[in-house]
Amino acid sequence: MGAGHAHKLYRHGHSPVHALPPHCKLAAVFCFVLVVVSTPRTAIWAFALYAGLLAAVAVLARVPAGFLLRRLVFEVPFVAFAFLMPFVVPGAHISVLGVPLSVPGLWDAWNVLAKGTLGVTASVLLAATTELRALLLGLQRLRLPPLLVQIASFMIRYGDVISDEMRRMSVARRSRGFEATGVRHWGVLAKTAGALFIRSYERGERVHLAMVSRGYAGSMPVIDEVTASRAQWTAAAALPAAALAVCLLGWAL
Amino acid sequence: MHVPDGFINTPVCAAAGVVAAGAVAVALRRARRELDERTAPLAGLVAAFIFAVQMLNFPVAAGTSGHLLGGALAAILVGPGTGVLCVSVVLLLQGVLFADGGLTALGVNITDMGVVTVVVAYALFRGLVKLLPRKRRSVTVAAFVSALVSVPAAAVAFTAIYAVGGTTSVPLGQVFTAMVGVHVLIGVGEALITAATVSAVLAVRPDLVYGARGLTAPLKLRVNGELVDAPASPAPTPAPAPAHRSVRALWAAGLGAALVLAGLVSFYASASPDGLEKVAADQGIDKNVRDHASADSPLADYGVSGISDPRVSGGLAGVIGVGATVAVGTGVFRVVRRRSAGGDDDRPARSSEAPRETV
Amino acid sequence: MTMSFVPSLDVRGLAYAYPDGHQALFGVDLTVERGERVALLGPNGAGKTTLVLHLNGILTGGAGTVTVAGLPVGKEHLAEIRRKVGIVFQDPDDQLFMPTVREDVAFGPAAAGTRGEELERAVTRALERVGMAGYADRPPHHLSFGQRRRVAVATVLVMEPEILVLDEPSSNLDPASRRELADILRSLDVTVLMVTHDLPYALELCPRAVVLSEGVIAADGPTGQLLADEELMRRNRLELPFGFDPTARPTRNPAAH
Repeated sequence: MGAGHAHKLYRHGHSPVHALPPHCKLAAVFCFVLVVVSTPRTAIWAFALYAGLLAAVAVLARVPAGFLLRRLVFEVPFVAFAFLMPFVVPGAHISVLGVPLSVPGLWDAWNVLAKGTLGVTASVLLAATTELRALLLGLQRLRLPPLLVQIASFMIRYGDVISDEMRRMSVARRSRGFEATGVRHWGVLAKTAGALFIRSYERGERVHLAMVSRGYAGSMPVIDEVTASRAQWTAAAALPAAALAVCLLGWAL
Repeated sequence: MHVPDGFINTPVCAAAGVVAAGAVAVALRRARRELDERTAPLAGLVAAFIFAVQMLNFPVAAGTSGHLLGGALAAILVGPGTGVLCVSVVLLLQGVLFADGGLTALGVNITDMGVVTVVVAYALFRGLVKLLPRKRRSVTVAAFVSALVSVPAAAVAFTAIYAVGGTTSVPLGQVFTAMVGVHVLIGVGEALITAATVSAVLAVRPDLVYGARGLTAPLKLRVNGELVDAPASPAPTPAPAPAHRSVRALWAAGLGAALVLAGLVSFYASASPDGLEKVAADQGIDKNVRDHASADSPLADYGVSGISDPRVSGGLAGVIGVGATVAVGTGVFRVVRRRSAGGDDDRPARSSEAPRETV
Repeated sequence: MTMSFVPSLDVRGLAYAYPDGHQALFGVDLTVERGERVALLGPNGAGKTTLVLHLNGILTGGAGTVTVAGLPVGKEHLAEIRRKVGIVFQDPDDQLFMPTVREDVAFGPAAAGTRGEELERAVTRALERVGMAGYADRPPHHLSFGQRRRVAVATVLVMEPEILVLDEPSSNLDPASRRELADILRSLDVTVLMVTHDLPYALELCPRAVVLSEGVIAADGPTGQLLADEELMRRNRLELPFGFDPTARPTRNPAAH
């Protein structure tokens, strides 16, 4: 797995969606997903409308459909799981091409697939239109504990550095003719993991030294702040508000 | 095991979110105790390490491979508070940046994979380290057992969450059998790698393994090529002598066997309804259990024709068994925590440098 | 002012052992006057980095004293000491821990309470001094190694330190980056302690050198003279590059006098 510079989902751009403050987008996506998962599974049309809403956002953000679809691979394990459901769930069965399928199982599979896919798509849209740094500032603005934001920020700053070290160690192993092929090589790989931990920890100590050398005394100085205007909040709220209307209709009908 | 949106219903997701938030709050406080104001950089780097190590694939056989989950490893290497924080941050960023795991299911994922794994692993680890003789090997053994149990424990926790708030009607027994069955296998791999990794760290930097202790020697001055004692040398702290080694070893063997069996048997128990009671009554049963293992593959008839009554009861026995394991583990954890709050017995080796570091 | 008579750095009888029991320093004595540029030479494991970590009070608790511009290094003056002693660490990745160059340079003054316009001005000035003003909004890991090292110097310069301590400043730099860094260092008007085993670099930038060996100062004198002492060099595992003659007049060394 290559460790790219920026995170893999971000697509640089200047669309109105890119321009929204990160905390507005985070809140909007979260509320949208919350609305989606609260929708009754039988309201199939509602999920089609949700998909339409996300498609509209994608068009507005100029994120191509192919990009979105490729990113849906995160879902694969659960798709496999969903496909098992019609076979394992007890209840009334119908026969499709001679294969008995459970009706409640089919509903379950539909439910998990539809909601899961919409959730992933919304998250991918968020990640595709928001820079890493902005996401962290957004999380901080949404009152995530500062220490947690700092940990996340250090993790992002050094994720690539450590992945690179891991890759160099792997190259060094292979240069000496070692190729891990099975369980009996776990010892060597675990030693790599151990060495990687020591390097990471020692780097953490050095980073801490560099921080205290510049006057760090337990809390990060505030350098950047993100703010949002009322108009920006309103724009961001359009997605979850529309979804909420659909959801209420879904319950009412 | 990243749970997507829509798999667990909203109220239970919200409840799990509250649990996760509470656990993270406790972990934040505890991590500050473990690392002082080094928390942010060190926990961040360890989180980056966990993130990287999850990309390190361990080949199993014939082209398949698995990877480390890292909860137990984090707990043992950096302590439970920091461990919970690291795994939670990894899960948070996986959810927000990589769309891996649902946003509304974040609480479920953190509770399940972050909190349960780390707390169970650390409680078991501390319990075993206290019981086993003070040797490097004991730390490795304790790491193995705690990692082994922590993964199925997370599967059990997931099943429990599913039982309360699952949106699908897959029978509980089946979910339990599948989840715990698969995760016992994963747990074995996790345990082997965790133990090997911990022992690799232990061999090079024993002071970095939370719970291991370092020794300090008095300072010397080189005066005209001769070494003389420095005036302000701190007194060396001798390691406490291991008392009642034989009793401790007996306890260790008993506890270790009981916990391993509780973890393993919970899934073999589905084939043998009274397996767990037998284990509880007689610890010399492992031969028996192995017979079951070879006779009846746990997944052999999984998902074909629903689930027979003995399997359900076996599964339930397993739930109770592992639930008890978790409860015992939590109890040990509490005791250990209280002791650490009272005295400095539980302080890691690193803290010995604290007075020297005026940061 | 009496300050001009006070040395920038004064180390007396410093000894230290790490928590794992390894003793690195065995009684170091070193004085660096104001405005001096001193090279701290020594083989790997001589205790150079350990000594550096004592200069701003990151390591304490051994025997001996460290005084920076008349201020003893200790708990009571720690914030002041850390402003006065600017350490540039060997690996710029350790030093540049913030998401962007600008935030990284701003970290020190912001921690000291500087805000707004003033902070912005200080950051820009420090980046200009190392020729990196055009990179303020870049993430550090997008920069080349040489650029990262220069930004690392800027993160320290922005604090207006009394003494600049550089740990292996020329390591991993290509010849052009090495040259650029040397020009920057020469242009600065601060006391410099440069830890290195790049002997030509030491000769080029520092009129005075000290050799740290087995945790004590083994030699102290003009850099050219020390480097010409073959016996001393060999004893302390310091080797000049092939064909390098320390006694030859340097052709480009305007600031050495």
